[in-house]
Amino acid sequence: MRVRTWIEGWPVVRQLTDGDPLGRGAAAKSKHSAHLDPRTASADKVVKSVCPFCAVGCGQNVYVKNDKVVHIEGDPDSPVSRGRLCPRGSSTLQLTTGSSREYRVLYRRPHGTDWEQLPLDQAMNMIADRMIKTRREGWQWEVDGKRTRRTTGFASLGGATLDNEENYLIKKLFTALGAVQIENQARI
Amino acid sequence: MAECHPVGFQWVMEAKARGAKVIHVDPRFTRTSALADIHVPLRAGTDIAFLGGIINYVLTNDKYFREYVVAYTNAGTILIEDYRDTEDLDGVFSGLDVDQRSYDFHTWQYEGMEVQAASGHRDLEYQDKAGGGNGRSRRSVHHSGRGEAHGSGGVAITGVPQVDPTLQHPRCVFQVLKRHYARYTPEMVSDICGVSVDTFLQVCKLLAENSGRERTSSFVYSVGWTQHTVGVQYIRTAAVLQQLLGNIGRPGGGIMALRGHASIQGSTDIPTLYNLLPGYIPMPHAHSNEDLDSFIEAESPKKGYWAQMRAYTVSLLKSWWGPAATPDNDFCFDYLPRLTGNHSTYETVMAQLAGECKGYFLLGENPAVGSANAKMQRLGMANLEWLVVRDFSLIESATWWKDGPEIESGELRPEDIGTEVFFLPAAAHTEKDGSFTNTQRMLQWHHQAVEPCGDARSDLWFTFHLGRKIREKLAASTDEMDRPILDLTWDYPTKGSLAEPEAEAVLAEINGWDAEGSPLSSYEQLKEDGSTACGCWIYCGVYSNAINQAARRKPAAQQDWIAKEWGWAWPANRRILYNRASADPDGKPWSARKALVWWDEDKAKWTGHDIPDFTATKSPHYRPPPGATGAAALAGVDPFVMQADGKSWLFVPAGLTDGPLPAHYEPQESPVPNLLYRQQRNPVRQITAMVHPHDRFEPSGGEPGTEVFPYVCSTYRIAEHHTAGGMSRFSPYLAELAPEFFCEVSPELATERRLEHAGWATIITARAAIEARVMVTERMTPMTVAGKRLHHVGLPYHWGHSGLATGDPANELAHLSLDPNVHIQEVKVLACDIQPGRRPRGRARDALVEEYQRRAGITERTGTEV
Repeated sequence: MRVRTWIEGWPVVRQLTDGDPLGRGAAAKSKHSAHLDPRTASADKVVKSVCPFCAVGCGQNVYVKNDKVVHIEGDPDSPVSRGRLCPRGSSTLQLTTGSSREYRVLYRRPHGTDWEQLPLDQAMNMIADRMIKTRREGWQWEVDGKRTRRTTGFASLGGATLDNEENYLIKKLFTALGAVQIENQARI
Repeated sequence: MAECHPVGFQWVMEAKARGAKVIHVDPRFTRTSALADIHVPLRAGTDIAFLGGIINYVLTNDKYFREYVVAYTNAGTILIEDYRDTEDLDGVFSGLDVDQRSYDFHTWQYEGMEVQAASGHRDLEYQDKAGGGNGRSRRSVHHSGRGEAHGSGGVAITGVPQVDPTLQHPRCVFQVLKRHYARYTPEMVSDICGVSVDTFLQVCKLLAENSGRERTSSFVYSVGWTQHTVGVQYIRTAAVLQQLLGNIGRPGGGIMALRGHASIQGSTDIPTLYNLLPGYIPMPHAHSNEDLDSFIEAESPKKGYWAQMRAYTVSLLKSWWGPAATPDNDFCFDYLPRLTGNHSTYETVMAQLAGECKGYFLLGENPAVGSANAKMQRLGMANLEWLVVRDFSLIESATWWKDGPEIESGELRPEDIGTEVFFLPAAAHTEKDGSFTNTQRMLQWHHQAVEPCGDARSDLWFTFHLGRKIREKLAASTDEMDRPILDLTWDYPTKGSLAEPEAEAVLAEINGWDAEGSPLSSYEQLKEDGSTACGCWIYCGVYSNAINQAARRKPAAQQDWIAKEWGWAWPANRRILYNRASADPDGKPWSARKALVWWDEDKAKWTGHDIPDFTATKSPHYRPPPGATGAAALAGVDPFVMQADGKSWLFVPAGLTDGPLPAHYEPQESPVPNLLYRQQRNPVRQITAMVHPHDRFEPSGGEPGTEVFPYVCSTYRIAEHHTAGGMSRFSPYLAELAPEFFCEVSPELATERRLEHAGWATIITARAAIEARVMVTERMTPMTVAGKRLHHVGLPYHWGHSGLATGDPANELAHLSLDPNVHIQEVKVLACDIQPGRRPRGRARDALVEEYQRRAGITERTGTEV
């Protein structure tokens, strides 16, 4: 009996006997994989989200366990995407949790040949100081006799990958500082 | 669409399964072509000729939807006698100032009425309306760019337009249109586009048969249409055609822009763009003694919803400067910095090279790879004092000083580059709350799942705390320059150990509130007196009843096909814009199967599947009394409510810098002469400010040297990667699917240039030489154009030197000749050469480009002719 069970357990036998001749269904499962649960089943919570790649706006379900994102899938409830994700959207887990992400502030001093590390708060202060200085140096009350009340000393590029709320604060802050060269991918 | 927006493409396939015909017009054969009924490979850069040919077919064969055209477009409007068409002037319109490279649009006007653009290039008429000014300031306004303001419109300043409803008057728009496109015959289209007459006529017939009362057709486009020196006019040509066919404002109709980034629509609505304020209110341009009154007077129409621009603007100023904004100080209108021309991203690069722009923020963007003429981008950054890069990974724009192409070639050494670089890691969408606006104007909220790790922070956090620090550092300042930043409302609540600002509080400000602080529910509630605040008037309602409407997620299965309880679409949660046009002038659906909204006579209101994009209780039989303004001035048969005349425009009398009707021009660089006109290129394309040793143009259209760059290359994307690769080349899954840069060539071109499949090729333009793996494929179709064989070189542009999948950036090849309306670069069509083998290394790489420039006789003047 044991031998028979053993033989019946062979994938190739199951392929031929279980109606899965191409071995792309149940026959491909091993005993090990038969007892695996999807990460989605054991997640602590499911958070509703939106795919961050293109502008179709496919719904995503983000599965969280022990305060870590463990899986991201298409949201079947979405009238936009009906649960589908494309190759890019399907890679969202790697985009958000993969090894290519950098988590440290890095600093390259003028004429430097390599990165250095910098505490976040120090970097924020240094950036704020540079903005204030550059703004003053590049300040233009007037151009050709017409009031401009602005600086052309610094510029920004980006926003199409960001949230509306982020774009709103960027536009609000930079405009209040007098910057006009505020641009994003929508131009490009 | 199947490559770049695959999940959206499922609906195209759904439509196909229900009998729809899918036509794919594209120089290359993609996964879209594979699933389409017809694939039409056409020469890159010739879409206006192709679409213009269809317009000619529709007009000559009386295939237009006459009732729709007469009722809802400006077809019958009569133009002034001064107007001269490209047919009269061999390819240019009246009003061209060759020295200034700009058009005076005054000869494009309506008879008996002066029309101004209600958006688009509105400020063009500042001098006429507000007085003063001179030619120079007009030119600088011309160059400042308003064209991406969505939906141009017009306003009667004085008088009433003369309209011939029979469309017979020789100067009416309809007749002008007929003459303008009369020479866009099937044979001409075939000769220019490299498409057979039979295939072209097949497309014409399918489109005409599938439009009208009972049926509608839709156009879908992406940057294949926008990234040209005539990009805006590409879309305009489609708009003319769709108006003639009655395909706007109706279900299954429209012209759909598929946008490439999750919130690129949102970043245009709430613009991180130089020329706009939130909700497409223009950024003020520098004029003498300009106050809020003269700004509103010059920029806003008297009719249509833009007539309330003062209420939108005052409410925005109140949301930014709160109690400091009062009627006595013009609501701090003076706090807004002023434009003096074009301050677009490419101008910014020139300002960096000139040393004027010293600091630069890159927020989730990678110009060292993703912008045209990538070398100029890097050289600009190498001339900065400081650079801040916020991204997930160490993209090329963060590391060019260390390992960029100029370092590799020895042209630059890190020791010589003075730029101070800050890299700040960004939080992902799973690590923050916020909304994206998708390509159909729908806001969807994503909820935070986890806290970001390490130093990673959201851009909301970064911007808020940066502003907080700057305000603290300047708190004691009495300098007038600092008033706008010190008076700014900047007190957002924060949460958690990282002090993350509450994104929903920002959304509430965007939505706006009344004098009591209660959330508004509609932009119609906005007031001119400062009693309302609203950060973006078109988003007003997204937080109505203090509920985050963008976070609504009623499952699709529990809703009808409009699904209006999923997310929230601006304006007012309307899903199809201008949907009043889905009903006939009497308010009845054009046909039962295409019903969307209609007038319910018993209830005396508009109703239907979608939320009507029209005043709900305005009868189709309403006619405005003389002197009416704003929405009340729109008649019951004026569906285009943002347009000041309530009509859609076949002919654009104001608002575009390069002509009232689209005309076919060859790209900046083309091996082919313009077969339609003596004028080779768009005469007002934007190049003058950009002449630079690293941005040389090639000879075109049979000039001596054209033969040095005999092929047409086009850049594009594939399903496996995302834009410039910052979000895909660093991902092992995607890198494995498409591991390196490649070019696509036909077997015929491979034979001609001895290119081997899977071998290497070097592609050369007047700017750069890059190398790519060769893919020899029948997906690339050789074509016959103007009697000669023409080949394309296909270039996916996703790669750079960093990440797991690498290769030369295709954008090294591109030049900076731009569309004059919106300053977008022409990367969809360039002339090039291709040779077998890898590109030279080191200084030899530049030497190869210089040799090509010499052979083609290129100087700084080449290609800059009007």
